[in-house]
Amino acid sequence: VTWVTGWPLSGLSFAAQTKSKKTLAKPNIRNIVVVEGVRIPFLQSGTSYKELMPHDLARAALLGLLHRTNVPKDVVDYIIFGTVIQEVKTSNVAREAALGAGFSDKTPAHTVTMACISANQAMTTGVGLIASGQCDVVVAGGVELMSDVPIRHSRKMRKMLLDLNKAKTLGQRLSLISKFRLNFLSPELPAVAEFSTSETMGHSADRLAAAFAVSRLDQDEYALRSHSLAKKAQDEGLLSDVVPFKVPGKDTVTKDNGIRPSSLEQMAKLKPAFIKPYGTVTAANSSFLTDGASAMLIMAEEKALAMGYMPKAYLRDFVYVSQDPKDQLLLGPTYATPKVLERAGLTMTDIDAFEFHEAFSGQILANFKAMDSDWFAQNYMGRKTKVGSPPLEKFNNWGGSLSLGHPFGATGCRLVMAAANRLRKEGGQYGLVAACAAGGQGHAMIVEAYPK
Amino acid sequence: MVASRAIGSLRRFTASRTLRCPGYTCRNFSASSALLTRTHINYGVKGDVAVVRINSPNSKVNTLSRELQSEFIEVMNEIWANDQIRSAVLISSKPGCFIAGADINMLASCKSAEEVMQLSQEGQRMLEKLEKSTKPIVAAISGSCLGGGLEVGVPAAFDMMLTGRNIRADRAKKMGLVDQLVEPLGPGLKPSEERTIEYLEEVAVTFAKELSDKKISLKRDKGLVETFFFFFLTELTSYAMSIPFVRQQIYKKVEEKVRKQTKGLYPAPLKIIDAVKTGIEQGNDAGYVSESQKFGELAMTKESKALMGLYHGQVLCKKNKFGTPQKDVKHLAILGAGLMGAGIAQVSVDKGIKTILKDATLAGLDRGQQQVFKGLNDKVKKKALTSFERDSIFSNLTGQLDYQGFEKADMVIEAVFEDLNVKHRVLKEVEAVVPDHCVFASNTSALPIRQIASVSKRPEKVVGMHYFSPVDKMQLLEIITTEKTSKDTTASVVAVGLKQGKVIVVVKDGPGFYTTRCLAPMMSEVLRILQEGVDPKKLDSLTTSFGFPVGAATLVDEVGVDVAKHVAEDLGKAFGERFEGGSVELLKQMVSRGFLGRKSGKGFYIYQEGVKNKSLNSDMDGILASLKVPPKSDVCSDEDLQYRLVTRFVNEAIMCLQEGILATPAEGDIGAVFGLGFPPCLGGPFRYVDLYGAQKIVDRLRKYEAAYGKPFTPCQLLIDHANSPNKKFYQ
Repeated sequence: VTWVTGWPLSGLSFAAQTKSKKTLAKPNIRNIVVVEGVRIPFLQSGTSYKELMPHDLARAALLGLLHRTNVPKDVVDYIIFGTVIQEVKTSNVAREAALGAGFSDKTPAHTVTMACISANQAMTTGVGLIASGQCDVVVAGGVELMSDVPIRHSRKMRKMLLDLNKAKTLGQRLSLISKFRLNFLSPELPAVAEFSTSETMGHSADRLAAAFAVSRLDQDEYALRSHSLAKKAQDEGLLSDVVPFKVPGKDTVTKDNGIRPSSLEQMAKLKPAFIKPYGTVTAANSSFLTDGASAMLIMAEEKALAMGYMPKAYLRDFVYVSQDPKDQLLLGPTYATPKVLERAGLTMTDIDAFEFHEAFSGQILANFKAMDSDWFAQNYMGRKTKVGSPPLEKFNNWGGSLSLGHPFGATGCRLVMAAANRLRKEGGQYGLVAACAAGGQGHAMIVEAYPK
Repeated sequence: MVASRAIGSLRRFTASRTLRCPGYTCRNFSASSALLTRTHINYGVKGDVAVVRINSPNSKVNTLSRELQSEFIEVMNEIWANDQIRSAVLISSKPGCFIAGADINMLASCKSAEEVMQLSQEGQRMLEKLEKSTKPIVAAISGSCLGGGLEVGVPAAFDMMLTGRNIRADRAKKMGLVDQLVEPLGPGLKPSEERTIEYLEEVAVTFAKELSDKKISLKRDKGLVETFFFFFLTELTSYAMSIPFVRQQIYKKVEEKVRKQTKGLYPAPLKIIDAVKTGIEQGNDAGYVSESQKFGELAMTKESKALMGLYHGQVLCKKNKFGTPQKDVKHLAILGAGLMGAGIAQVSVDKGIKTILKDATLAGLDRGQQQVFKGLNDKVKKKALTSFERDSIFSNLTGQLDYQGFEKADMVIEAVFEDLNVKHRVLKEVEAVVPDHCVFASNTSALPIRQIASVSKRPEKVVGMHYFSPVDKMQLLEIITTEKTSKDTTASVVAVGLKQGKVIVVVKDGPGFYTTRCLAPMMSEVLRILQEGVDPKKLDSLTTSFGFPVGAATLVDEVGVDVAKHVAEDLGKAFGERFEGGSVELLKQMVSRGFLGRKSGKGFYIYQEGVKNKSLNSDMDGILASLKVPPKSDVCSDEDLQYRLVTRFVNEAIMCLQEGILATPAEGDIGAVFGLGFPPCLGGPFRYVDLYGAQKIVDRLRKYEAAYGKPFTPCQLLIDHANSPNKKFYQ
């Protein structure tokens, strides 16, 4: 695969000179920095983390962050985590994880949810708290455990059980039990489907790919690129955000386990996973169900410097967008990108590192086509011209959700850290993070490298 | 509504209908010079797959017409002759329509049964050729695929042939009519509809290729017999079908069922069964001959002419001949959350109109809101809506007890109690709060609009909107204009009515307008017939066997005995002797005993929740006995009873045209059929007179006039038509 060529470092200094803006610092607004961000290895669900609970993973990410930064626990003003499929016992998983990780019980914590951009929401909530002067130090993160999801009794069964609780006499109980039918036992499984449309996300992705005429081959090639780049990054030790996790009763997990570069021939053999038999989205060109957690230390710049930290990056402008959850479910990046660039006063050429969430190959490629279409910009986005699609050589160079995995609630932090680490490694100044999310929502954020 | 696109491989193409189409996206035109002259069908070749595109010129839908047929055969012959082509895809270039069925104008232009039969046979030949095609043919269907279109697209569908009902795509797949569904796409690099058709074609081409390469095969029944089986006889095996005795039983069962549903008034379903029977008993060829013969005969029947007339009338009544209103109605307010008010709210919110539903009491409002919710939720249960769509539609409704927000209302429809004083009060209240441009529409079945408008500050904005119950099921809306109603006001209410999905007739103001006025004399006759000792059950069966969907006695119960009494008294006063017949005393006594019809659980019948077969209300015996009048033996045969009802109805309808209440006979027919259930097989009162002859009806009226006097005196316009047989309501 020819995409896997190294970044031409010589071009960087030239690019840096022509930036629209030297920095995105704004007068009278606090600069907010990422001091460090980590994640435990992202694993395919049903593997080493399968016996754990979500807060165990979140706790491990927090401990990894503490270990990496040595931040005194009592300095942290607030903790926020994102998650999607909630474990009902730990619905405020941020608090349970923080307590378990030994943070002060005086540090408040809350949990946010916004589908696949939940961790992004956790980060930007933290940014808001710091920018408004409420906090100086915030830990933001995300967690998802797809190995175990809450499977519920049917509504009928639940109703019967609740009524039984209230029943006072044996007669009342018996009469309730007599109404029991076998079908009460059929369970309710959580689905990765839109509530509003009942369509599963893979189905929507397949229709999106078809709408933009993205071929099966293109999708397979893109997925192969993601896996190849991830493998290379892993082998070269570039995935420095990964912290090892000693799983109770098991070996220490040190690497992501979903990276599996295959061949186009192998991939071509797979049958479509959602629209059968003629769809184009397969298991090989979709992100897989993943367990994982991430955490990030965010501070006001002056606080970080006062504490002697060398920050990694600034968190700058960000936007949230939303659109039709049926036909444009996964087009968030297309809508968010021009908006965040405008806010920041940048153009596509100013961006040195793109980190987009890869839900499906077809989704990424459809977004590329949409971003590159004047017709789409004019007819659906109310813009005069297209924003243009990101140059592939700057795009997800260390792999993406397709290969590294996608624990719904935790991916946002991984994207930001990948952008920050790439800017440091490659020498660029501006990174653009973008992601789509269920509900037809989307997010984008500009990350600015901290000057060395 | 078709939610998905369907793909079906073509097995059989029966009957007399054609295709038409000119493609606009042909990539590889064949070298044939004939192509240049084709206007209905085009084809291109993708690899070894021919893509045949259907596109009727200058029309929103594709219909089966003569021109299309010859072009289609030409194209198919080229495809069969071309060794490079191994399979074919049939597709329409029109978004949302494959083939809507036979071209009604083509059938209407045929002069004889033979001509239709010939058309039919040409169609059959084409379909037969397709069926026997050695090259696989895939039909890619997007949108409506009815009648002959269905036969082009899918193998014979017995159930649909009989009932003509619409089938959603997912259901069609389950029934085995189609093999694959293709979901519509959202926007991409071009408009959704355009790309969806392209995509459908791409998928169909892949299928066609795989079929010809034998990579996939179709597991499906072998045609007519098994399809027949599938719908009616799932419990029997095809072995049983091979025994003649069993088969006869089956035919009998099907015929019985059909006869019961159609009362023998609609000839088509039975002839369809005949043709299928012939096909099974004597082989396909004989079946086809029989089919085309029968089709020819059917096309020439009065029923077919009546139904085609209704079709044209309906098309007419779906247009706004008053032009585009100056202001689009975005905010609607409805006063009164009763059965009617809530029904109007339901058909408004589901079209995206922000609607306020106001009632005087919280209990009334609750009931109305629940009615709207239930109406929508029933659609969820039938899977016509998702629960999410229901919720988002329901959020268009605001229930309230005050006039808050009326300052934004573009139109107010009042559906309060049918009492002039109440109507006057709400009109004044509304005019105090609404903006100047707001239209005030009154939903009333009999109160003259000009009386309601008499207290208005701006009578040009006052108009009548007569909805029929249940509003979400009944298609008709009767709009009533006074001499002061402005044209823009009329345009505005017609636009709203059309948006609500209604078929609209616009009539002049007058007692009972058009529909109530036609119904009243017939109802008067109903009372007389009951007083003459005919029991309600018998009366019901006489009326339904004449073609009315609801029996006359049941209709009184459904409308409400109190409402019927109200109308009878009001119109009786207005029209005097001519509206006489039975005694209103009958209705009065029923009201005083609380027999208000279905709504009170008792009327002529007893209504119980969950009980399907209603029984007669024996408490009525006494009332009927005390009001009994002696029957007149020469005018009370079953047939006479039927005609006494129908001729009074027809006579009154024609009088409405004569007096200018009605603008056109077409509106009169649509109003009678869609609002009052006048037998559709007769096409409406005016079509009925045209088809059966004015003289015959005048003769009937004269006969009854001799017995009962003025109520049966034929009106002048009807007499004129009888005197000059060339005079027709429809030229």
